[in-house]
Order: sequence, then structure tokens, then C-alpha cells
Amino acid sequence: MRDLGLADIRAGLAEGAFSAVELVEDRLAALEAAGELNAVVTPMPDRALEAARAADARRAAREPALPLDGVPVAVKDLFCTEGVRTTASSAMLGGFVPPYESTVTANLIGAGAVLAAKTNLDEFAMGSSTATSHFGPAVNPWKAKDDPRPRAPGGSSGGSAALVAASVVPAALGTDTGGSIRQPAAFCGIVGLKPTYGRCSRWGIVAFASSLDQAGPMTRSVRDAAIMLAAMAGHDPKDSTSAREPVPDFEAALGGGVKGLRIGVPREYRVDGMPEELDALWREGAAWLEEAGAEIVDISLPHTHYALPAYYIVAPAEASSNLARYDGVRYGLRSPAEVVEEQYARTRRAGFGAEVRRRVLIGTYVLSAGYYDAYYTKAQRVRRLIARDFEQAFGKVDAVLTPTAPTAAFPLGEKMDDPIAMYLNDVFTVPASLAGLPAVSLPAGLDGEGLPLGLQLIGRPFDEETVFRTAAALEAAAGFDAEPEFVR
Amino acid sequence: MALDRATVERIAALARIDIAGEERDALAGELSAILGWVETLNEVDTEDVAPMTSVGGHKLPWRDDVAGDGGYPDRVLANAPDAVGAFFAVPKVVE
Repeated sequence: MRDLGLADIRAGLAEGAFSAVELVEDRLAALEAAGELNAVVTPMPDRALEAARAADARRAAREPALPLDGVPVAVKDLFCTEGVRTTASSAMLGGFVPPYESTVTANLIGAGAVLAAKTNLDEFAMGSSTATSHFGPAVNPWKAKDDPRPRAPGGSSGGSAALVAASVVPAALGTDTGGSIRQPAAFCGIVGLKPTYGRCSRWGIVAFASSLDQAGPMTRSVRDAAIMLAAMAGHDPKDSTSAREPVPDFEAALGGGVKGLRIGVPREYRVDGMPEELDALWREGAAWLEEAGAEIVDISLPHTHYALPAYYIVAPAEASSNLARYDGVRYGLRSPAEVVEEQYARTRRAGFGAEVRRRVLIGTYVLSAGYYDAYYTKAQRVRRLIARDFEQAFGKVDAVLTPTAPTAAFPLGEKMDDPIAMYLNDVFTVPASLAGLPAVSLPAGLDGEGLPLGLQLIGRPFDEETVFRTAAALEAAAGFDAEPEFVR
Repeated sequence: MALDRATVERIAALARIDIAGEERDALAGELSAILGWVETLNEVDTEDVAPMTSVGGHKLPWRDDVAGDGGYPDRVLANAPDAVGAFFAVPKVVE
């Protein structure tokens, strides 16, 4: 049952090849056996079995099948789950048990999914390696051919990516602020999609940077990502930025092919020091799409170089504001002191790790009197130029093809003492985040060391259908079927 | 812009984070490096560019001014580090 995707599970349950309980018992055993990945913060076996029994009972009663009936899903520990500890991988929320369910997880439960575990992440989703987690780093199931060192799964949704890549679960939930779904998907050789900003409700997701955060699916195929997004998405009055756009049948878009589509290749993404293998794979990806009938167009996104610095003002600014709520009063950690001001400062010192403290301080600085215009307003102006670059490009092309990350998965522990080197992981994913555009990473090949490399497709706002359709064509041409040694 | 130790102390106070004395110098270096890097934005001419304050020109919706749900103080207080009756409890703030 290891290799079953969402469509296979749907068919298998319908034919009676297995029951939802059999499937989830099998997957819970796999979850337990995958302990060395440190991908799980909190397992949910009792709740999972209960949901699987309910799915079987529905089938026995001949009720119509739900879209994700019986599908085991791992959930990034950033989504609030009612009655199940939700930590954001932070000491601050180590004992926090939400009294409510996030909209996206509630949508999945309503679609019949079986939530199986809460997964490890960078603390408050701030990082690109899952190494800033209070619970220790998650581990990538992939290893290089001639190098036994464990690799980072990327981040911040690294636990979710590792479990899907290791074939422990067929699907997982991630969130993406500057690349936190797409970069770990690339590092772990799976599919990860960040939808258009507003496509999925942010209600009940521990907030990092509210103008950027989006939930998305992480799966082993483009089809499974399409099935899962359809179940997650939709308007939610509890999130004022949730879009009122209708949710199309994403799965139906997959067979559309790319004949007649124009695919842009932005020259500014060809950066200095890019590994030759990655550049070659990117060119190959364009050639595959061309063979499938698309027209490849050389485009320019002139402000690309400034996306990352703009992001590292906007995101910490929003984070410093969002994380102001952790004051040891209403929930979360409290480090007692006799004076309340001192209690705030002690609590926040004890509850936040080094990277979170760093970002809150940067955000506080760029929003402080005298610096607000020079940093924060400036970054917002540059953000508009980046969004405008894409608007102009989408006058000429239907989707944009780029690499997802500048390298393959690096060894665990690397880049930890150099924040800017770590930030550069997101150089190709941050522009689409700033512009609020849908973007998917899919595995396209292996590098010389046997580690997966991902390609990214970026689409117009609320045009995930074209993104899926193009990704399906690219997936078929790439024929990526490698598996990490962990699985074998 | 290079931040000095005094500025780090001021930001830490604004952010309500207790930063130990010996950490301040290290943080001054790290934060200065990050700020120096983001200042590459000054190369961009943004003279006639309005700040982007929402994604995709999204207009915030209005709703009726009525309570959606509530009336369950026990659930609200379930995660409180300290509570008295139906209230969050904190150290005395008014002498």
C-alpha cells in the first residue's frame, strides 16, 4: 500500500481491494518505522483510526464516496487541529491544544481524509531546512550516492516533504510563505504547490507573514496535488483575504496538454554560480514542453534580483507584528516574573529560538519610527515592481518555467551559521510569493550525486488549471520515477 | 546600516525580548549584515511607484457588526497559563 496515490486509493476502496482501516493501519506502522526522519511532532493514531472506521462505515452504508475518502494525510504542525497539540515547532507553543480546527484541515476532514500526524517544521515556518525546529531537524530520506551524510529536507514544510518522499503517506499539507512548500518538495523529489494567495483560507494556520502565507498540497504526483487542492480550497468568511473565486475541477484540467501554450523562460533566473546540471535540466524542461507543443518564449522579469531583499523586509515586518501575540498571557509558554513587562520579555526570550528572535528584531527595526519609510515602504514599492514584472510577462506567456531551488539538498547542519546563505535558498520561489501567484515544484531529474532537482512553474492569479496542465505535461516528459534508498 | 549595541537594546526592548548582554554584540553583527544586504533595494528607482499594500488589489469585505460565535469562556481559557474565574490572570500592573 506504500506506493498508492490518491486516485489509486479512491479506486482500491471502491473495488473493495482494501478497507480504509487496513490502509491507515498499514500507514501508521510505516509512520512508526520512519522515526529516524524525525518528521513527526505529534502522531494521531487514535483519531486516524476513528476517521478510517467512519470512511468504511460510509462505504458499507453505500453513501456516495467523498473526494478524499480514507486518504491518510500528514499535516504540517502549523495548522490548528482541535484537541491535538499544535506547536509550530516552537517551545512557545509546546503545550498548546487548539480548541478549534483550521478551515483547511476541516475541509480535508469533510472530504473524508484521515489526518495521521502533525509534521515537523522550521520554528514558526521560518527557515529553509527544518533545522530551526525546537524538536530537532527533520531528515531527508534521500542521500547522495557517495556521501553518507544525512541531508536537509528543506523547509519550512520539511517534515511533510520527508514523509511523502519516503512513501509513508501519499499526501501532506504544507504552507508556503517564501518557498516553504516548493523548496522542500524540490529537495525531496516530490510535487508541492503553492496556490494563488487567497485560494485557501488562512484561518487557523499559525500566522507568519499574513500577506504571503498560503496552504498547499504536497504529493508524489501532479494528479494527487490537483485532487487535494480541490478539497482544500474555497471561500471562507473567517479569512478576510479569502477569495470568492469558484474552485474549478483541477483534476479535469490535467489532460489539456500544452499545445499552443506559451511558456516563458526568464533570463534573470540564470544566476551566477548556478550548478551546470540545474541549468541543463531547466533547458531540458523547456525542450520537453516545446516537444509537447508549447512555444518557449524568452522573457525578462527585471526586478528578480531585488525580490529576496524585499521579502526579508516584508516577511519579518509582518512576523514581528503577528508574533506580538505570544506574551505568556492567553496561551502558550509563560516565564513568570513579578512585573508584567518583565514577564513578556522573559517569556519571549525563553519561547522563541534564535532565528525567530532574529526575524522579530529585524521586523521591529524596519517598522520602527524613523526607519519605516526607508525600509518597509521601500520594500512594498519594490514588491509592486516585482508583481508588475509578472503582469507584463503574462501579457506574453501563459506560464513561467524556472528552477525551484539553486541547489539540491545540502547536508544537515550546513548554512546554519550564515542567515543570508540560508535565505538564498528561496531566490527562485520568493518572487511568485511576493506577487501572490500560484506556483508548483515538480521533480524533473537527479543530479550527479543522485539527489533530486525540481523545476517550478508559475501561473497567472487563480489560473492553477494552466499550472496543473503544464505540470502534468512536464511530469510525463520527465518520467521521474527514482526513489530514495530509504524506501527500498 | 550598521547597528550598534545600543540600537539592538532599543529594538529588543520594543520587541519585548530579553536579550542577554553577551548576545547583543553578536546580534548587532548579524542584524547589520542582513540590513546591509537588504539595502541593495536602494539601487531601485521607486520614485513613482505606490507601495503594494494588498495582493491582487483585494478589497477587504464588510460584514454585519454582529458576533459570529462565542459564549464559551472555558474553551477560551483552556490554554491560559493562569486564569481566575472567567479572566486571564497576570501579575499586578497597577499599584
